[in-house]
Amino acid sequence: MDSNPLAIAGIVFIGAVTWYLGFHSSRLANTTPDFLVARRIVRSSRNAAAIAGEYLSAASFLGIAGLILKDGVDSLWYAVGFAAGHLALLLFVAAPMRRSGAYTLPDFAEARLGSAGLRMLCTVFVVLIGIFYLVPQLQTAGLTLSTIMPVPPWAGGVVVIVLVTVNVFGGGMRSITVVQAFQYWVKLFALAAPAFILIMVFTTGHPANQQVLSDNAPPHLSSATTITVQTPVDLQVTAEVWLQAHGTLDGRPANGGTYWGPGTTHVVSAGTTLEFPAGAPVPTVDGSPGTNASWLRPEAGGLSALFGTYSLIIALFLGTMGLPHVLVRFYTNPTGRAARRTTVHVLLLLGLFYLFPTVLGALARLYVPELLITGQTDIAILLLPGKVLPGFAGEALGAVIAAGAFAAFLSTSSGLVVSVAGVLSTDALPGRVRDFRWAALTAGAVALALAVLLPPGDVSLSVGLSFALAASTFCPVLVIGIWWRRLTWVGAAAGIVIGGGLVLSALVVNIVSEYTGAWAPWFVAQPALITVPIAFGTVLLVSLATQRHLPLDVSRIMLRMHAPDRLGFIRDRDIVRFGTAEEQARLTNGKHRR
Amino acid sequence: MSRHSGDQPPRDDRAGDGADRADRAHPAHRAPESGRDSAWEALRPAKPANRAPRRKRVVLNDSRNPVTVLRTIGELEEQTTVGEMLVRNLMHAQFRIAVVLAAVASVPMVGLPVAFYLSPSFADVTVIGVRLPWLLIGVLPFPLLFGVGYLYNRLAERHERDFVNMVES
Repeated sequence: MDSNPLAIAGIVFIGAVTWYLGFHSSRLANTTPDFLVARRIVRSSRNAAAIAGEYLSAASFLGIAGLILKDGVDSLWYAVGFAAGHLALLLFVAAPMRRSGAYTLPDFAEARLGSAGLRMLCTVFVVLIGIFYLVPQLQTAGLTLSTIMPVPPWAGGVVVIVLVTVNVFGGGMRSITVVQAFQYWVKLFALAAPAFILIMVFTTGHPANQQVLSDNAPPHLSSATTITVQTPVDLQVTAEVWLQAHGTLDGRPANGGTYWGPGTTHVVSAGTTLEFPAGAPVPTVDGSPGTNASWLRPEAGGLSALFGTYSLIIALFLGTMGLPHVLVRFYTNPTGRAARRTTVHVLLLLGLFYLFPTVLGALARLYVPELLITGQTDIAILLLPGKVLPGFAGEALGAVIAAGAFAAFLSTSSGLVVSVAGVLSTDALPGRVRDFRWAALTAGAVALALAVLLPPGDVSLSVGLSFALAASTFCPVLVIGIWWRRLTWVGAAAGIVIGGGLVLSALVVNIVSEYTGAWAPWFVAQPALITVPIAFGTVLLVSLATQRHLPLDVSRIMLRMHAPDRLGFIRDRDIVRFGTAEEQARLTNGKHRR
Repeated sequence: MSRHSGDQPPRDDRAGDGADRADRAHPAHRAPESGRDSAWEALRPAKPANRAPRRKRVVLNDSRNPVTVLRTIGELEEQTTVGEMLVRNLMHAQFRIAVVLAAVASVPMVGLPVAFYLSPSFADVTVIGVRLPWLLIGVLPFPLLFGVGYLYNRLAERHERDFVNMVES
């Protein structure tokens, strides 16, 4: 791939501003509460931008448009689910969660249920979810960087982890808050501006370029295209196509002209080069809609696809509240009321953002259909401007998008590293600022190693797995723990173990099935529709069976979580554990009313 | 209760007694605590007599905070039956609106996939050049989600205001 100097400049700019903002605000951070929860003084408008900035990951910025290009209208549910998750968070969790005074998710579990064992179990799952979420971010960063300049795929992940660790090292939560708030606006601009310009070009452009997206045919290549397949792929052909192939096709060596008839499926091995003439119909990766007409229509995949859609919606709707990097941002609000207002603000910011991936994804179907052949549709919107607007304008827009993509990798990764480091440093280590820094370094290194070792997949799909895991473990514990007095630690632990175990085994089965002929049914790839109700049921039933383990101070905790802020029942547990003597005295002597 | 129980240190040395100011110039004579708990300081035994006592303002009762407030908050804190009932009622009210509004927001998420599945012709309707499903899934949910969130925030804050008013009246 050619290198695009403008895009490199854009990424360097984002990296430099990120480093500067983090450095600037890290000078204010020196205590453990600073590093964990930014001393809980982040005001709601900035916190909302920071939450949105952190939440809009590679999956939102690149992944949704890529999936729309590949799978069509059904992928729009990703955007809806990502935003709706914050509504569930607002309705059931936000304010009581903040008022509980906890500073990490495991700390909440211990505060509510008084069990150190449950706390450790939660720690394990927080780290698991965090790493699962971090790995695809780093892999997509590698894909992006190797798209715009000739570097190996691991280089992007290294760049992201180094920048993130430097920032987190300096000031933890305190310093990344400003960075993430800034990066939300970068991302919004980096999608909105190209979307508006490309739409204008598209509607006023040459009619010859304007294909119709509703005809019953596959998308066409606008010019002669040569594609080198990097990972083995199964291609389904819906319209006959002549092409030149060099390499291995269907297990046989191929060298020269080839004819693919309609309705056939071909296995293309890694390293094979395919040359398509201009105007050729595009064969698509097996399993995605072949023609534009089926791409345009929702729920064309039959009953199992319908269940898959519901499963995805459940995972995203309920999983957001269990994501450690989202939750930890809620602890930075000064009050429970501010936590609620922040979330409403987040819904506005996310709704604004998610209008644009749809537009870009649909345009990508017209202009970069060749990505359907390799299946690497995550880079669709990076290539789109150059295809629509050849020349300087396209390169400049591409640079803006690349910079926005890097903002996405950086903000989400720093949020994940901070939340994982916060949990590790306070649960596995004594919780000093030094421990926080070591934990951040460890989390980053482990995720980077996994990102290099594991084969990359579609970023939205792998991120979807983290949501399913969060929805089947932490969501039941949070919702039931906040609204039901009779939850016991045994019930919570049983729910986490069973729900999490089911999702993890589905993941293993799915990987095995992918290597042995994709025999797994739909619920293995998208398990939430089954695992979430099981997890909820387990928590409820086991709690009812173990009522003698009811925590003694349940009424006091319920009062603290639900009483309005003005009455002053909040007791911030990070101050109790890590605060200075003066701060602790203030907490114990009198209630700090607001 | 001190009128100045907030963050502002309740120093009341506007009288400008020179001894106090001189005190602060000498670190050795500085008061051990920097004002935050000066209401308590006033209750401590008198300091050594070689300096003038600092002028303090002690408010033993404040008419703005009626005694009943303390009593009700105390009831909440000590988990009497009354306090427990109050919190339970608030929780039920909040949970009810959360569930109702979650149901409202779930209507498109539950209804649309099955509607598209059962009626492909509904999925083929075109509005101003765009297929209806793209508008219904790609645009409509976001204002709906924000509206529901905004409404919930209003209602939840109203419940809390009512609760505080009840406790403090």
